[in-house]
Amino acid sequence: MIETKTLPTSYVSQPGALKTSSGHTLRTDEMIINMGPQHPSTHGVLRLEIVVDGEIIVDVIPHIGYLHRCFEKHAEHMTNYQQVIPYCDRLDYCAAINEEHSYVLAVERLLKIEVPERVEYIRVIMAELQRIASHLIAVGTFGIDAGAFTPFLYAFHDRELILNLFEMTCGARLLYNYFWIGGLSHDIPPQFVDKAKEFCTYFKPRIKEFNDLLTFNEIFIKRTANVGVLPKDVAINWACSGPMLRGSGINWDLRRDDPYSVYHKLEWEPKVGKGEMGTVGDVFDRHIVRMREMEESVRIIEQALAAIPAGNVQAAIPKRIRPDAGEIYARTETPRGELGFYIISDGTGTPFRVKGRAPTFVNLSVLPEISRGAMIADLVLIAGSVDIVLGQVDR
Amino acid sequence: MTAEEIYNSLKTKFGDAILEAKLDALQPWISVDPAKTKEIALFLRDDQAMQFDYMMCLSGVDYNKDGKLGIVYHLFSMVHKHKIVLKAFCTKENPHIQSVSSVWGTANWHEREAFDMYGIIIDEHPDLRRILLPYDWEGHPLRKDYKVPEFYNGMKVPY
Repeated sequence: MIETKTLPTSYVSQPGALKTSSGHTLRTDEMIINMGPQHPSTHGVLRLEIVVDGEIIVDVIPHIGYLHRCFEKHAEHMTNYQQVIPYCDRLDYCAAINEEHSYVLAVERLLKIEVPERVEYIRVIMAELQRIASHLIAVGTFGIDAGAFTPFLYAFHDRELILNLFEMTCGARLLYNYFWIGGLSHDIPPQFVDKAKEFCTYFKPRIKEFNDLLTFNEIFIKRTANVGVLPKDVAINWACSGPMLRGSGINWDLRRDDPYSVYHKLEWEPKVGKGEMGTVGDVFDRHIVRMREMEESVRIIEQALAAIPAGNVQAAIPKRIRPDAGEIYARTETPRGELGFYIISDGTGTPFRVKGRAPTFVNLSVLPEISRGAMIADLVLIAGSVDIVLGQVDR
Repeated sequence: MTAEEIYNSLKTKFGDAILEAKLDALQPWISVDPAKTKEIALFLRDDQAMQFDYMMCLSGVDYNKDGKLGIVYHLFSMVHKHKIVLKAFCTKENPHIQSVSSVWGTANWHEREAFDMYGIIIDEHPDLRRILLPYDWEGHPLRKDYKVPEFYNGMKVPY
């Protein structure tokens, strides 16, 4: 068992220690509480079966699958590889572009095709814009979990501006089907670069404002520091990824360490948790990693916008997608962590097997490990800091 | 370490438990005895030259050929930055593969998913329940010969 929060001694479970005023021993039993499936702070339909001793969590058993819609079975029954992309969008509907990116990358590696430079730059810009939009949802709703409503409105206002950029590019605001195998569905419109630059200039001071409002708020720090600590070795053994892993102080980012696209040509660095308000790997660290990642994403977008080369974004789209028999596991860094697709091709036009390695599925599986010994009220924050999207957990 | 070095090292250590390997594939893989996966996994994780501490993915597969099922382990080392793919095969008549969840915690849920979707019985798993489907669901939907049931608990299943 992992030590989480240091509890005041009066809270530590000592069966038989509590006495009534008349000297009788109070009966202290473990109790099971159900949180969800319909609960505002489970961020979707997740049921947590919580075993508690008073206010202290003894164990948490997550029950998932309420949103299961057989993505993998569907993928095997499409008539071609391209048709799977809209289903990928619907895995993590808060970060659809990043899901597409991972799938498209896997198929391109299976086909062994090179993608034009312009496509790669546009993909990076879109993926990073989506990362900001997704992190804004994450930190905004996390604020609500901690009892702060106003930051949520700030976050959603700014996210709207990003969605406008997407709408301008491909017409869709949430589920894009924008990345195609070998290219993109549309080139960016002429005014896109200026609008995106405008957004970056606008957004940088907003991050600071958001931090002043929520991150460095005394009450917020008191609620989040030293809660739900995820130690380094546990994070690696449970294969956590994304802000979960970096929050635990591990300097690891697939964009740098397993390079894809053009990230290696741009100047940026992964942000890790340092335990500045409490312990390394606590809920606060995971939150601040997300905040700082948004700053880095802005940096990446600005560089990519300046360096975007000319070219035809549909030049490399294959007429017929029929990879040789073989298999591939390709992974990318999505806002929630490592999303991988394991694709087996049997040489026909349809994938033989598609497995989506969902980062939230894996990150959620560590929840019991980090919430034992915490208080019930803290569980809401711990679950919020994992940043789950049930569409992706349940696939 | 290259895939070939890993294969040779495993072969000297475990001998017959290492069945076959395809080292010239896009991502080289080694297939192992389904009853000895835990032992091999433990070696891969703890050996100083290997240190595969990070399990990226674990997927069940139905190969649609002579009732062959399998589990594919994608391993990665955060220390040495090398990768390897392990495979363990079984049949529909005898679908047993040893659990590795005591080696990599993350395998716990992935193995439950493989059991749920393919009916592969994971020996020595601490908590082998269905994970994505309802606990009273019948059949294992990702098998290639799966037929959608007409009724579930008396309710008509659409299409």
